[in-house]
Amino acid sequence: MQTTFPRLLLDHAAQRPDAAALREKEFGIWQTLTWRGLAELVEALAGGLAEAGLQRGDHLVVVGENRPRLYASMLAAQALGAIPVPLYQDAAAAEFVFPIVNADVAFAVVEDQEQVDKLLEIRPQCPKLARVWFDDGRGLRHYDDAGLASLDALVDAGRAHAAAHPGFFAAAIDQAKPDDVAAMFFTSGTTGKPKGVVHSHDTLIDRARAGARFDKLSERDEVLAYLPPAWIGQNIFSYAQWLACGYVVNCPESASTVMLDLREIGPTYYFAPPRVFEGLLTTVTIRMEDAARPKRWLYERCMALARRVGPARMDGKPLALLDRIAWAIGNVLVYAPLRNTLGFSRVRVAYTAGEAIGPDLFVFYRSIGINLKQLYGSTETAVFVCLQPDHEVKNDTVGVPIEGVEIKVSDAGEVLVRSPGLLKGYYKDPAATAEVLGGDGWYRTGDAGFLDASGHLKIIDRAKDVGKIVGGAHDGALFAPKYIENKLKFFPYIKEAVAFGDRRDKVCAFVNIDFEAVGNWAEKRNLPYGSYTDLAQKPAVLELVRECVEKVNADLAADERLAGCQISRFLVLHKELDADDGELTRTRKVRRGFIAERYGLLVDALYGGRSEQHVETEVRFEDGRVGKVAATLRIVDVKTFPAVGRAA
Amino acid sequence: MAARGGGEVILEVRNIHLRFGGVKALSDVTFDVREHEIRAIIGPNGAGKSSMLNCINGVYQPQQGSIQLRGRTFTHMNPRRVAEMGVARTFQNLALFKGMSVLDNIMTGRNLKMRTNILQQAIRFGAAGREETAHRKVVEGIIDFLEIQAYRRTPVGKLPYGLQKRVDLGRALAMEPQMLLLDEPMAGMNVEEKQDMSRFILDVNDEFGTTIVLIEHDMGVVMDLSDRIVVLDYGRKIGDGSPAEVRDNPDVISAYLGAVH
Repeated sequence: MQTTFPRLLLDHAAQRPDAAALREKEFGIWQTLTWRGLAELVEALAGGLAEAGLQRGDHLVVVGENRPRLYASMLAAQALGAIPVPLYQDAAAAEFVFPIVNADVAFAVVEDQEQVDKLLEIRPQCPKLARVWFDDGRGLRHYDDAGLASLDALVDAGRAHAAAHPGFFAAAIDQAKPDDVAAMFFTSGTTGKPKGVVHSHDTLIDRARAGARFDKLSERDEVLAYLPPAWIGQNIFSYAQWLACGYVVNCPESASTVMLDLREIGPTYYFAPPRVFEGLLTTVTIRMEDAARPKRWLYERCMALARRVGPARMDGKPLALLDRIAWAIGNVLVYAPLRNTLGFSRVRVAYTAGEAIGPDLFVFYRSIGINLKQLYGSTETAVFVCLQPDHEVKNDTVGVPIEGVEIKVSDAGEVLVRSPGLLKGYYKDPAATAEVLGGDGWYRTGDAGFLDASGHLKIIDRAKDVGKIVGGAHDGALFAPKYIENKLKFFPYIKEAVAFGDRRDKVCAFVNIDFEAVGNWAEKRNLPYGSYTDLAQKPAVLELVRECVEKVNADLAADERLAGCQISRFLVLHKELDADDGELTRTRKVRRGFIAERYGLLVDALYGGRSEQHVETEVRFEDGRVGKVAATLRIVDVKTFPAVGRAA
Repeated sequence: MAARGGGEVILEVRNIHLRFGGVKALSDVTFDVREHEIRAIIGPNGAGKSSMLNCINGVYQPQQGSIQLRGRTFTHMNPRRVAEMGVARTFQNLALFKGMSVLDNIMTGRNLKMRTNILQQAIRFGAAGREETAHRKVVEGIIDFLEIQAYRRTPVGKLPYGLQKRVDLGRALAMEPQMLLLDEPMAGMNVEEKQDMSRFILDVNDEFGTTIVLIEHDMGVVMDLSDRIVVLDYGRKIGDGSPAEVRDNPDVISAYLGAVH
């Protein structure tokens, strides 16, 4: 049955008025908003927005963390036939200019003073931006800028509007058609300016429901919403599927309490990009390194058992009786408490997506009894394309096409998708739309991959990033940078890595150490350090990283096709790669081309055989100030291994 | 900013003399504090800044002079009475219970406002439970205000120094004071922590309308935050006025540049 988001809201409010729709932790208590309460709030907001002049087809910018009233604002816009445009709350002010101008945005609903300041800053560049409402008025008392008001005021205005125009809300919702535009998501874009991806109610709800059927989600599930709502992943899980299934979405108290809130809520359905799982594992690893010896011994014994038995157990394979008993003991002693500490006690289904996950990382979570699976999708496909079915999980594939999805691989090795969830197009950009969406209904994903014998999709890298080694010992070998980088990043000591090698004779890499993990490591060895830059160039740290790189090389050598990707030389960067400097996207993917250009000097030093290189870099702080970091970086040579296949 | 500092005088310190045996800690110090302003007391080491603060909140008894708070003059004062009159303070060396959680530490700031006795509280008898809930509400508001939700249950001793300072401020705020005395709120902090603390001080002043008297060493911070500044040197007042006036005062410059006395 086709429907729209506001109609789904009214259905829930009619059928289960007193059931919880949203919870937000505030003042130390989880405060519940019922479906009835939410519907009333949305009606008030819609009335206020209508009175302010928001028209059918207009865009409403929404910026902030996951807050109930921001969700309600998105619903209110949709109820009026307007289109919510969530933007990344941690983006710099200048990054808002393009979407706001591009979509002729006149109204914005934002979370707090930080976001208000950003919008006021760019107001001269966005002449059409007339009204801004804020959720949290702290620090905004003395602002008297025109058009600035609190959401409370908007709600009050809306209540008055509703009293004067009874039936307006229901009539507005009735007018919306399922294939009207429901939302627009600006893709962060690893290259070029962002593009607005336009989705209809139909595309989003169809995919939300397909995903829900695949994993049998129901209104009894619980979700914690803590990733940016501007990211389609979070939006699907805590908005589209929330309304499609009617489960409870929980909003954490603040960004710094997410881990505590996760434990308190114990979500049953969980979704995070690999970096979050990576961060959690790093925390566990650090804490175990600090633990007393007997505890460490127990943990190591149990984890060894988990690695051996756990994955097979998760796959539903029969286990030997002894293994079953051993795992049960391990579960009582280590796995269950660990799951509880991580907040995963009740998780029935957990997904990771957005980037490839390191196999060891993936196996870690599955081995302690968490049903972590991978999925494949993007903003343009409304997320759900391929999902891993329970008990059929492989480390290196992203699962099978789910209902409604067709997949084929082009002659060039690119994955093509046909699905009811495809975007309507890029906003005001028919050229870009035509580039990815042919007349035949196939969407070009830009990913290189193939379907394996059992029908699972395997993604190697971005199609445009896969390159070739030219010259040297491995002439003509495949170069898959992300594959290498992910292998490096699995080590808790390595936070980011950037590999170079396309059309070159060997592979070289930049490495970012994980300040917390390496800092801890250094403190334990009584190795004094001043700053990130200082720590990164300590000989002992370089040696530590060299060992990690060598292990990756040994791993790569085991696969004949990838043996040519072994890293010959690397250096540890003097600063952390940062989205504020344009080196990462807002979803923390490395922008390889930009980095190669910005640090051209260092790349030349890597390939020119130099042993060290002085470098000076401008850095941009969060408040917009600019500083300089200078350092002399040592370049380290690494041992490479002969390909195992070839030697045999 | 215009709204600030124009209020009536709520604290008047007149001709204060404080001696410890032969040591003159303060001689003939006179200044006032107006409603809703941020008033700084600065001066080199040993100038008598903390002594001045201790006189205001009744820890020290000056031998001469008077202190007038909200129209009431007194020469002999004790800390409890000052606290009951709505004056709270934080301490240079922190006065927190290291083994207790952040929440409990801030709860201690509500002590003066508790009406039930310790026995009732121990068994949550009668009104004690309701009262605790009401106090907890205020404390949670402060935790939210100071953005320390993540540390609610953490023992204070485990927190970094900058956060402990913030908890100390929270404990003082729990009294819902009309005037807040801050003794070197930024001592020992790094730049980022100082920025955070400055923002909280301004927010307290702005959101709650609290009058603030602070002692601080960091000149940059003082010049940015304060509406008016008193400068002490060797127990005497050598300057008083707006940041710009104080900056140009030759006595102040010589005191800070170490001229011969």
